[in-house]
Amino acid sequence: MAVLVFAEQRKGKMPKVAFEAVSQGRRIADRRGDSLHVCLIGDNVSHLSDDITAYGGDDILIYDSVDLSDYQTEAYAAVLVSAVNEVGAKLVIMGHTLMVRDLAPRVAEEIGAGLVSDCTAMETDEDVISFIRPMYAGKVFAKVTVGTDVALCTIRPNNFSIAEKPGKGKQRTLDCEIPEIRARTTGMEVRGGDRPELTEADIIVSGGRGLGGAEGFGVVEEVADILGAAVGASRAAVDAGWRSQQYQVGQTGKVVTPDLYVACGISGAAQHMAGMSASRCIVAINKDPDANMMKVADLSIEGDLYKILSELSDQIKNGAE
Amino acid sequence: MNIVVCIKQTFDTEAKIALTDGGEIDDRSVIKIVNPYDEYAVEEAIRLKERHGGEVTAVTVGAEDSRQALQHCLAMGVDRAVLVTDPLVQSPDGHTYAVILAALLRTMEYDLILCGRESIDTGDGQVPSRLAQILDLPQINVVSHLEIENGTVRATRDIEGGSEHVESSRPCVISVQKGINEVRYPSLRLIMRAKKMPIDSYSLEDLTLTTDDVKPFLGVEAYIFPETRKAGVRLRGEPADVVTQLIGYLRDEYRIL
Repeated sequence: MAVLVFAEQRKGKMPKVAFEAVSQGRRIADRRGDSLHVCLIGDNVSHLSDDITAYGGDDILIYDSVDLSDYQTEAYAAVLVSAVNEVGAKLVIMGHTLMVRDLAPRVAEEIGAGLVSDCTAMETDEDVISFIRPMYAGKVFAKVTVGTDVALCTIRPNNFSIAEKPGKGKQRTLDCEIPEIRARTTGMEVRGGDRPELTEADIIVSGGRGLGGAEGFGVVEEVADILGAAVGASRAAVDAGWRSQQYQVGQTGKVVTPDLYVACGISGAAQHMAGMSASRCIVAINKDPDANMMKVADLSIEGDLYKILSELSDQIKNGAE
Repeated sequence: MNIVVCIKQTFDTEAKIALTDGGEIDDRSVIKIVNPYDEYAVEEAIRLKERHGGEVTAVTVGAEDSRQALQHCLAMGVDRAVLVTDPLVQSPDGHTYAVILAALLRTMEYDLILCGRESIDTGDGQVPSRLAQILDLPQINVVSHLEIENGTVRATRDIEGGSEHVESSRPCVISVQKGINEVRYPSLRLIMRAKKMPIDSYSLEDLTLTTDDVKPFLGVEAYIFPETRKAGVRLRGEPADVVTQLIGYLRDEYRIL
């Protein structure tokens, strides 16, 4: 049974979750005695195949064309369907990113396959693979099986470990007929700053209503930058206009699983907890000792946010010197 | 320009999840709402209608009580509402919904299909792309800004760390992101009026679908509740002192810093 991983890249860079997908593909293939095929789509992307081999790729399918330089749904869907057929894949693993969220359901429908989105774990026994995925933004998890011949799944970033384990690394450059593209990407804007992407960050410093205003995020950003962390926000902070939607963590925002989540002035409403409660370590800083977040945090501090955050940035800076 | 908005009724975001004795998600005594992302889609459709004219139809697939969700859309200002409901639809997944919506849409005239980016219950986000594939239409997902000019759709969609501009011909399927607009709250008068408006109802047979056509691809074997987190250590003292303790814990116990 062939396992296929779609290794997403943009502008020649693969996100961390693409490596997580390759590593998970390797583990499943090893457990079942299967081969691991990896599909790479883009323009001038063959240099990424060495990286993929290091994490277990046996057979790397490279679709390299100037027409594939930007992500275009219809083009990428045609290529991925062709790759699935090429290797006779029975299991397809992808990272749960915005590109794949757009792409995977279209591909799944075209090949008549079930797609399990946003998996946080997989269980394999004999012939059956079960997928664990959150529902109601993580208030409950479902153990899901796929009833179709081919199963597709997307994995949540930061939930599957990356392990170096060299594969056979055979490279093949393939062609695929690209259909007429009716919805075309015409440009891309990258937000400034070097902060990591929220869903992939190891550390997140997040602010809520307790910051008292948009300017309160200054000190949150300062601490985030010292820690190399991403900045998050609660729904209250986003709805108040202090921070744009891209920063929202929770049921109607992003679901995150960092090693460390520092909640600053966030009360801990159910919809927010749903988005971050699987973090490895939660630190709550709040002036209200009875706030829900203070009751679930691994480490909690009652007090003035600003004093604590500025003390935190001072001590980390001094410690680093 | 005629717009169809696909909506779903979901649990309120603050709802507690419990299981029935049979091990299914218990939807009794839960407040139900229009899926928040779908509400943005309804709002966007109404705004496009106000600018370009035409008619907006809200459609949903669900149980009889989904009528409430459609009434909310009527109160917001959609012109027509359609419910597909059938006891033969069992444990639907994204594929099931897309097949039914596609069959319904084939009976309608439209220039644009709007959806929310995902429903907050399953969080799958598969219906818009699957629907586009079945109807052989282009798609743009997670749209935070939308403009339509001379038959061309111009959209901005979110990507990690930025955004992309996409242009598409019409008709196409668009799923919207929170933040694309601010949703209106209908007045009591509009809410009362909406209660009297008709809702068209279809069964699978009406859409010439069989139970085989709508058979889900996925099956849920079990539901598992996450371990509840317990309160950890409360750090006490002056700011300088608690921060020293905090850094100590993070470094020595959690090996993070």
